[in-house]
Amino acid sequence: MTATLERGLNALREQIDAPVASFFSSCVSCGLCAEACIFYRETEDPKYTPIRKLDLLRRIWKSEYTLFGRIANMFGLMPKVTEADLTAWEELVYDSCTMCGRCTLVCPVGNDLTMMIRKMREGMSAAGHAPTELVGAAGRHADFGSPMGELHPALHAQIKHAEKETGIPIEMDKAGADYMVLLSAQEIAEYPDVLAAMSRIFKKAGITWTISNDGFEATNVGIQLGNRDVARTLVTRVVEAAEKLGVKGVISPECGHAYQALRWEGPNLIGRPYKFEVVHIIELLDHLRAEGKLKTKGKDTTKVTFHDPCQINRRGGINREPRNLMHMVASNFVETDDAGTMNWCCSGGGGVGANERATDLRFKAFNRKKAQFEKVAPDKIVTMCAYCHHTLEEQLEEHNMDIEVQGLTELIGEYLDDE
Amino acid sequence: MNNPYFDLLMWARGPGFDIALIIFAAGMVIRVVEILVLGRKSDKAPAKGSPVGQGIRTVFSRSIPRKGLINYAPVTYLGGYIFHLGFFIALFFFGPHLSLFDSIFGFSHWWPEALSFQWPSFGRVIIESATALAILALIALMYSRLTDPVRRAISTFDDYLVWLLCVLPLASGYVAVNKLFGDPTLMLALHILSVELLMIAFPFTKLTHAVTFVLSRYYNGAIQGRKGAES
Ligand code: SF4
Ligand code: SF4
Repeated sequence: MTATLERGLNALREQIDAPVASFFSSCVSCGLCAEACIFYRETEDPKYTPIRKLDLLRRIWKSEYTLFGRIANMFGLMPKVTEADLTAWEELVYDSCTMCGRCTLVCPVGNDLTMMIRKMREGMSAAGHAPTELVGAAGRHADFGSPMGELHPALHAQIKHAEKETGIPIEMDKAGADYMVLLSAQEIAEYPDVLAAMSRIFKKAGITWTISNDGFEATNVGIQLGNRDVARTLVTRVVEAAEKLGVKGVISPECGHAYQALRWEGPNLIGRPYKFEVVHIIELLDHLRAEGKLKTKGKDTTKVTFHDPCQINRRGGINREPRNLMHMVASNFVETDDAGTMNWCCSGGGGVGANERATDLRFKAFNRKKAQFEKVAPDKIVTMCAYCHHTLEEQLEEHNMDIEVQGLTELIGEYLDDE
Repeated sequence: MNNPYFDLLMWARGPGFDIALIIFAAGMVIRVVEILVLGRKSDKAPAKGSPVGQGIRTVFSRSIPRKGLINYAPVTYLGGYIFHLGFFIALFFFGPHLSLFDSIFGFSHWWPEALSFQWPSFGRVIIESATALAILALIALMYSRLTDPVRRAISTFDDYLVWLLCVLPLASGYVAVNKLFGDPTLMLALHILSVELLMIAFPFTKLTHAVTFVLSRYYNGAIQGRKGAES
């Protein structure tokens, strides 16, 4: 056995806890998880059945963590997990799973398959079986501060741009502000208008905020790669920046896995609760709306629909909030089928979008959303994750569909009543 | 009393049943304990919803399929419901089974007569229809397991064995009660033996889910509930 294989198997062993054992103990091989999975539904290839993607983890659990399995193992009845197995499973664990969480919601015995995929990636990456793009992004993130490399110059340019547009100064590294704003690399590079929108909304609401030069980027490739050390390093950067400035809260940007990483995994990665609260930008906007501190004027009258990012809604619990806001600013807001908790993934989440090898599969998987959009025939799709935004634009173009995509914060900014 | 099968029946009812019960009970205790001892790390992220409440709710709510899903797998859902219901009705509401439970667990000893609750047994028509429907549901489920690509791909020996072990008590019970064929004493003995096989297999197969589903559904609800997300 090679050293990397052994390291991978140990990483998998570390992931096995009572929930995992209860999930594997309860599976009745009914196959219903496949019916929920975008990759199975759009390809009808049974190899994409979610529980099957977890088979290596299941085998380790069975042969080492159950009494009867251990006995069978002593008689050599349990096949060992080999390097060849890991190679074969790499595609299943990374290319054909966006960690969207639909399977977790349909399994009749309640198996959280998505959480187990997340765990299985820890073992796969430790064994050197992760897609090179994710490994590369992790390296850039650790060395330069973002998966896209050094972003300070771009950030400073965008801030200047927003200041010019709004006439509101944005003070960097301001200690004692109410909130420290984080952005996703995607926003800085592709959708910087969100900055001006936030600037105006917060000014009107009387909120003080800042951006830290030490930690402004919120994405976390460690979560997608399945590497706790990388994930911890990246979360720590943000936590240290926020605690140094003594802010009351940190605003998680329109980015699905960043919210997952910061809000839910982060405290467990660093082993303690934060000294500040983490709030998703849309959660905060909805609070402000409820408190009467966010007022809009006029409405978008074109037909608009909403795309729920999996990590923010299904896996993040933010479902009502964007809808409250949508109704504020859109008079012809039409939901797609399955909207809300059971929404279908944009096809690019969980690192799949960055993974070259998965490109064809991803284009196929998008057919589900495509059909849903065709049914509604919207003029605009609004979402609250910059990576969903990016993926939707890419997919719509690939499928020759001419529909505008916009971030929700930006849309609110357009109709903000700031007189 | 010179029925040649009488000894077999007596063995099945006596020592056979005791052996099966011990393996079943001890095996299941091991299965549950080996899950619980693995423990789980306390979650340091401040909860948004209620993990415990939602965990408990999910133990029940997950019995209802999510909207729309039934269309994708009608046989699995309907077959699953009918089989489970039929099996439970036949197991828990057939008069002779109730007397048996009473003799094992001695409900009538534990409670004063006045408090002793009357667990009704169902009439023959209901029991027999439930049994027949459960068998038909199992046949449909097996058909889907053999023909549907997903179910065929994930099926193991365990799935086929458990299927057989579920059919046998239902079928033999039906034959024994209706004296359809064979010697009635033999049929009754075989019925009891088939149940004992099912009990013995319980801790070693996916039948374990009948107990551990409470844990898995609870954890699912608790994990989602902490985030204020649906489960
Ligand atoms: S839905 Fe749940 S019980 Fe059914 S095969 Fe998938 S993991 Fe197993
Ligand atoms: S998390 Fe989503 S993509 Fe991954 S296996 Fe489950 S349903 Fe499929």
